[in-house]
Amino acid sequence: MTAQLSSGTAACPGCLAAPAEPARSIPEDVQIALSLPGIHCSACIATVERELNAHPGVENARVNLTLKRAMIKATPETRAVDLIPVLEKAGFEAHELDPGALSATQTDKAGRDLLMRLAVAGFASMNVMLLSVSVWSGATDATRDMFHWISAAIALPAIAFSAQPFFANAWSALRVRRLNMDVPIVLAILLALVTSLWETALSGEHAYFDAALTLTFFLLAGRYLDYRTRAAARSAAEELTALEVPRAIRLVDGVENEIAVADLKVGDLILVRPGGRMPVDGEIVSGQSELDRSLLTGETVPVFAEIGQLVSAGEVNLTGPLTLRATAVGEDTSLHRMADLVAIAESGRSRYTSLADKAAKLYAPGVHILSALSFLGWYIYSGDIRTALNIAAAVLIITCPCALGLAVPAVTTAASGRLFRKGMLIKHATALERLSEADTVVFDKTGTLTSGSPELVNLGDHSRAKVEVALALAEASAHPLSVALAKAAREAGIKPANVRGVVEVPGYGTEGEYRGQRVRLGRAAWVGAEQGSETSAWLAIGDHAPLAFRFSDALRPGAAEAVDALRAAGKHVVLMSGDSQGAVRALAEKLGITDWIAEALPQDKAHRIQDLSDKGHHVLMVGDGLNDTAALAAAHVSISPASALDAARVASDIVLLGNDLSPIADACDTAVKATKRIRENFRIATVYNVIAVPLAVIGLATPLIAALAMSTSSITVSLNALRLR
Amino acid sequence: MEVLAYLIPISLLLGGVGLVAFVYTVRSNQYEDPEGDARRILSDEWDDKPKP
Repeated sequence: MTAQLSSGTAACPGCLAAPAEPARSIPEDVQIALSLPGIHCSACIATVERELNAHPGVENARVNLTLKRAMIKATPETRAVDLIPVLEKAGFEAHELDPGALSATQTDKAGRDLLMRLAVAGFASMNVMLLSVSVWSGATDATRDMFHWISAAIALPAIAFSAQPFFANAWSALRVRRLNMDVPIVLAILLALVTSLWETALSGEHAYFDAALTLTFFLLAGRYLDYRTRAAARSAAEELTALEVPRAIRLVDGVENEIAVADLKVGDLILVRPGGRMPVDGEIVSGQSELDRSLLTGETVPVFAEIGQLVSAGEVNLTGPLTLRATAVGEDTSLHRMADLVAIAESGRSRYTSLADKAAKLYAPGVHILSALSFLGWYIYSGDIRTALNIAAAVLIITCPCALGLAVPAVTTAASGRLFRKGMLIKHATALERLSEADTVVFDKTGTLTSGSPELVNLGDHSRAKVEVALALAEASAHPLSVALAKAAREAGIKPANVRGVVEVPGYGTEGEYRGQRVRLGRAAWVGAEQGSETSAWLAIGDHAPLAFRFSDALRPGAAEAVDALRAAGKHVVLMSGDSQGAVRALAEKLGITDWIAEALPQDKAHRIQDLSDKGHHVLMVGDGLNDTAALAAAHVSISPASALDAARVASDIVLLGNDLSPIADACDTAVKATKRIRENFRIATVYNVIAVPLAVIGLATPLIAALAMSTSSITVSLNALRLR
Repeated sequence: MEVLAYLIPISLLLGGVGLVAFVYTVRSNQYEDPEGDARRILSDEWDDKPKP
């Protein structure tokens, strides 16, 4: 986790646009990977590929709809930042991915390995089943023996290859003197093979080669589904990590060098361009700007920054370039100290036992005892070790958890696939089960319910002439407030006034000359106004009283719907923010949330959630900032948006890939349904066992009955899981 | 029953061919994007001539 956290101190993704390091220039084609959370149909594939292939420099672009990703082969000078606007114009959300981080997931060795074993087990069991059917339908004597020997010749090498994952798991559990689900599986497979070989050698009637193979096949199918679900989540989570490229610009004797954040040392001079994120804790040695601290504290009002001020890693520089002297790097930064809170909170969650574990705990000893008892019983009754062993093997095979092995993975695969199509990524194996228990939902404000980008609220209060001047000044700056003002004014059809000599004064605002008067747009103090509690930019024309342009944080799409739907589902919704009282109250009223807390420190948030948990509530935390990470980890289950800081995403169970918040309510619903299906599946599996086990114990089970019981229960369980779609 | 002498090797051979074919499809990345491939067939973009 530390490794992933350290990349949380990354420079901004925008720095990719900055000059690339010259040392690693590759003359060949480069691979560019883009994440496309919004694509869903054949028209999307066609449009994206057409747009990308039409772009100069792109040699070949191919969309992978399953992973919602595009892989692009392009000339070395092509950059992802040039391609993203192309797609955005076509209406697709796109994010760049670090192809270096992805190459690891591309050649998915473990998955391919499982698939091969699954295939071998499948083909071998088909062949053996063919022979077994002839035996069941009446082959006798020499023919039966020959069929059994051929089956053995196929089954033994096939199982030796395919069942290796179970052997390895069972052995590692036994070595530490514990039982897991794989121990009865391995015992059943081995016992079935041994008794069948023995029977075959003595020209016996019953051989279980087909059962041993189908057992392996079904269980591998369960494993593979499980693996696929988690691998998809893992690779997508890696994608998100790959979104932030951990680079910083170090100044050595006035020369700019781009280096990895991990290589920075205390005392280094670091240049942070506007829009960039502070890679380290440090002190400003030159430059003036404003800082956006919302990811760390939840405050939305930018903070003025000047020489001598201390900054923390994770803050975003807004207007002017700043040079820092690093005072703490890597693990000593405040970003990392905050992450330690997460480690403490997280230990609580690992105590959660999943339904599958609970089932296995009951199941494994039960099966062993049952089979041992039937062996003993038959040995005492008949005195024949061969009969007793045969029956013990039949009991183990019939009880063997084919359906149990499929019960959970089949459902989680169906549910995760459904949620992934809606833009949610299930990172944790038990996340769905925990989500289904949530009864209280805690939202963070800045960056979660709101998009973190300001929106002008009082355009109508000012005369057109004044807005024209403000627009002219605003367009000269990349400050978020200026951008929002310019956007709102342009949308209202306003043209900029003819303001001459516009200059940006970093940290203060923009200034120019209009009809012989000095005009300024910027911070309150700079234009001679009183700073209020709201986020505002002030316009001063000559000596007239300054005018306030007030901003509120724009709601994230789907936020209102998500809150409404959660409340309609009977959940208690709480808003917790580090922002000021006024801003939080306004948002709470807008969304109809009655329970809200403002000016909450990170520890407060985590404590509040702990309190709620102690009262017996299961809390779902939705947050994005560093100030939320401890709370995310402390909550029963947590969700963070893709725009969240790396540390917050690591701490959460589910990541929202798109911008829209509305899938959250859906996810809760799906989780409840999925858990219901899992329980149903366990019940189905139990019913089969209740019917088939007595048959096995009294010695009536034939290989035919074993095969029927095993296949029907596995198929019913899988079909039941598919109902979730 | 002599027919078994042919049929059993044939069935084993066919099974083996199936397995080899499957291994080939796995090796050549044909399961990377099942959802995309299912949709691509609906596109008429390369219907007249194959993609160069």
